[in-house]
Amino acid sequence: MALLQISEPGQSSAPHQHRLAAGIDLGTTNSLIASVRSGVAETLPDLEGRHLLPSVVRYQADGPVVVGHDALAAATEDPLNTIASVKRLMGRGVEDVKGIGEYLPYEFVPGSSGMPLLHTAAGDVSPVEVSAEILRVLKRRAEETLGGELSGVVVTVPAYFDDAQRQATKDAGRLAGLNVLRLLNEPTAAAVAYGLDKGSEGVIAIYDLGGGTFDVSILRLNKGVFEVMATAGDTALGGDDMDRLVADWIMQQAGMKADAGHVDMRRLMQVARAAKEDLSSHSASTIELALEGGTTWKGQLSREQFNLLIAPLLERTLGPCRRALRDAGIRAASVKSVVMVGGATRVPLVRQRVAEFFAAEPMIDIDPDKVVAVGAAIQADILAGNKPDNEMLLLDVIPLSLGIETMGGLTEKIIQRNSTIPVARAQEFTTFKDGQTAMSLHVVQGERELVEDCRSLARFELRDIPPMVAGAARIKVTFQVDADGLLNVTAEEQTQGVSSSIEVKPSYGLNDSEIETMLRDSMTSAAADRDARRLREEQVEADRVLEALHSALAADGDELLDEAERNAIDEAAKRLEEQRGGDDYRAIKRAIEAVEKASSTYVERRMNNNIRKVMAGHKLDEFKPS
Amino acid sequence: MAADHSTTHFERFGLAKSFDVDLDLLDERYRASQRAMHPDRFANATDQERRISMQQATLINEGYQILKDPLKRGRYLLQLAGRSFDDEHHTNSDINFLMEQMELREALDEVRNVADAFAELGVIIERIADDIARLASGLQQQFSAGDADSLDLAADSLTKMQFYRKLQEEAMELELELEDELAG
Repeated sequence: MALLQISEPGQSSAPHQHRLAAGIDLGTTNSLIASVRSGVAETLPDLEGRHLLPSVVRYQADGPVVVGHDALAAATEDPLNTIASVKRLMGRGVEDVKGIGEYLPYEFVPGSSGMPLLHTAAGDVSPVEVSAEILRVLKRRAEETLGGELSGVVVTVPAYFDDAQRQATKDAGRLAGLNVLRLLNEPTAAAVAYGLDKGSEGVIAIYDLGGGTFDVSILRLNKGVFEVMATAGDTALGGDDMDRLVADWIMQQAGMKADAGHVDMRRLMQVARAAKEDLSSHSASTIELALEGGTTWKGQLSREQFNLLIAPLLERTLGPCRRALRDAGIRAASVKSVVMVGGATRVPLVRQRVAEFFAAEPMIDIDPDKVVAVGAAIQADILAGNKPDNEMLLLDVIPLSLGIETMGGLTEKIIQRNSTIPVARAQEFTTFKDGQTAMSLHVVQGERELVEDCRSLARFELRDIPPMVAGAARIKVTFQVDADGLLNVTAEEQTQGVSSSIEVKPSYGLNDSEIETMLRDSMTSAAADRDARRLREEQVEADRVLEALHSALAADGDELLDEAERNAIDEAAKRLEEQRGGDDYRAIKRAIEAVEKASSTYVERRMNNNIRKVMAGHKLDEFKPS
Repeated sequence: MAADHSTTHFERFGLAKSFDVDLDLLDERYRASQRAMHPDRFANATDQERRISMQQATLINEGYQILKDPLKRGRYLLQLAGRSFDDEHHTNSDINFLMEQMELREALDEVRNVADAFAELGVIIERIADDIARLASGLQQQFSAGDADSLDLAADSLTKMQFYRKLQEEAMELELELEDELAG
């Protein structure tokens, strides 16, 4: 692979080996892993042929962590140590989980960074760690099935996930030892799974009603490019809410009290869910609920009655649909087709209402439970570099505006929602006191005017500002959102060109050192193993850098570099090659940095050259729409 | 650091510096540039390449947003001509414009009291769109003339367009509210 080389089709430099890649749908209720094998993307089953892994983790006092079906089976007998629906807690604060906590029987203890921990028999665990347990099981499944180590994965998130929720998901991947190539929005993944990039043009909607989240995306397709125009949703609305409505109805009918015990509540939820699923294919469902103390309640729920119960919930999903259409600047009539995602879209009334709203027949050919993982696998295969000639490209957006807190608790929008990512915005700040050397910034996400109505993402502490009179310093703060939708903030004092150091305090997340600690704790291995892992990581990066550099130099080194520049690069490369053979990972790292420094002007020149080539390579009339 | 900020957004997409932009051509070139530079193309590349690709893709997105929107494009052209566009400095003294603003605003406030609110709102939204289109065609002439007086007029048109945009936003927001209320 060449340094930013835009190779012409059929001219890709070296034949490169197939890399194992997978797509992971880390769901509220179930999780899946899929991979492209012999050109076909498919979900991978466990040894017993089951594709869905229940997103349930059980912690035991003296025993291993149990994930999946066995954990789900123990949920009734051991509800406090069996964590389900952990996705709802990702990136959430202690206050947030109180709102959700009503139906979650777990014991929460406040952790550091404002993140709640779940108290279990095996100690306190964070939602990130619980999710990492699920990911580890999927990773193992894929590596055993595919017969090798995964080089990278794509993990999906609801399009409407905010920065904290995305970051938590990525952290979980890192903690599970995965190389997360990209966080991909679930609806975009579904569009990819349907192969809509092939030949299809026009606007489509993706209606995604998952277990715990709802979102809708409006996409424009054009020659293999998926351009997300707008996305909207509700992260606290999902199929589980239907179960709850049914459960409430049963409680009413059965005369159950609201303070029923954990065990009864678990059973009730299971029975309610079964009734909902039953009603997708039957006009009525018979319900039997065995209660603690030996009594049993029996009753029947008709589909009409069920539809009445869930109708208000469906209407709540249409608000975001209207919002997304409006943000995309189009009318429902322009939508060509609607892709249905999420188990809850099996409910007939959901399909019916969505079809009515968009006046388009919903697409339901691919199993709505698997469609997201399949799309993620296709994207992972491309990102891993296995399909160099593939034309598909996904252009996604940031779902919620980013802002900073200003005087009086008001927010000032820095980056508008539905901006295509990656996106950046620079803002200048100044000091208000003489000799001031530090300032703090509070970054929030959301659409509301008041800071307290938005989600607090992080507080940034800017330090090392050169002391000057009030108002003289000009601190340029750059807010960069990357292709995963994650925010990164940098600051520089303009008048003296000093980089201010930034300390990030995520409001509901983990900072880097906490992740490092967890990584350390999660590895039973000794320090020597850890160093071995780091050495291997640096060696892989060194190979990557050297390979890229050599093929770039072969292509245009003579053209773009003078002798002195060339010598400096060769010298740095030679040192890196020497270090690469050694066993000091720090030295390799330093040598990589030296190569990057020596070649940075060169890379820049190639970059500009290549951009020019992309533009110049086409004659004007080639671009004209046919 | 490696991102080239001296390139104008027009150059970035191989377009002539003009208010008159062929939007289909811009779309095509936007997609071609992102195909070449998007971070997804460098998911397995070195850290340095990934960083540069992100910077480039960010600039391509920024340029696309600016060039495809007449208001942002106009402001950008003024900026390239060495004029700073400052909302505060262009307070408007055009009486007709101010009157129409007030009229439209009143009409918007009254919409809820009208029998067929949606139809009334539709009329208002269309009127605003017409006003914006008229300003845009004026801008085309002003920028192609390019002299100091024309650029003053362009700055004035852009201020007006900004007002209409804000009204348009409010009107659309109101439409959404009415739809949500109608749905219950």
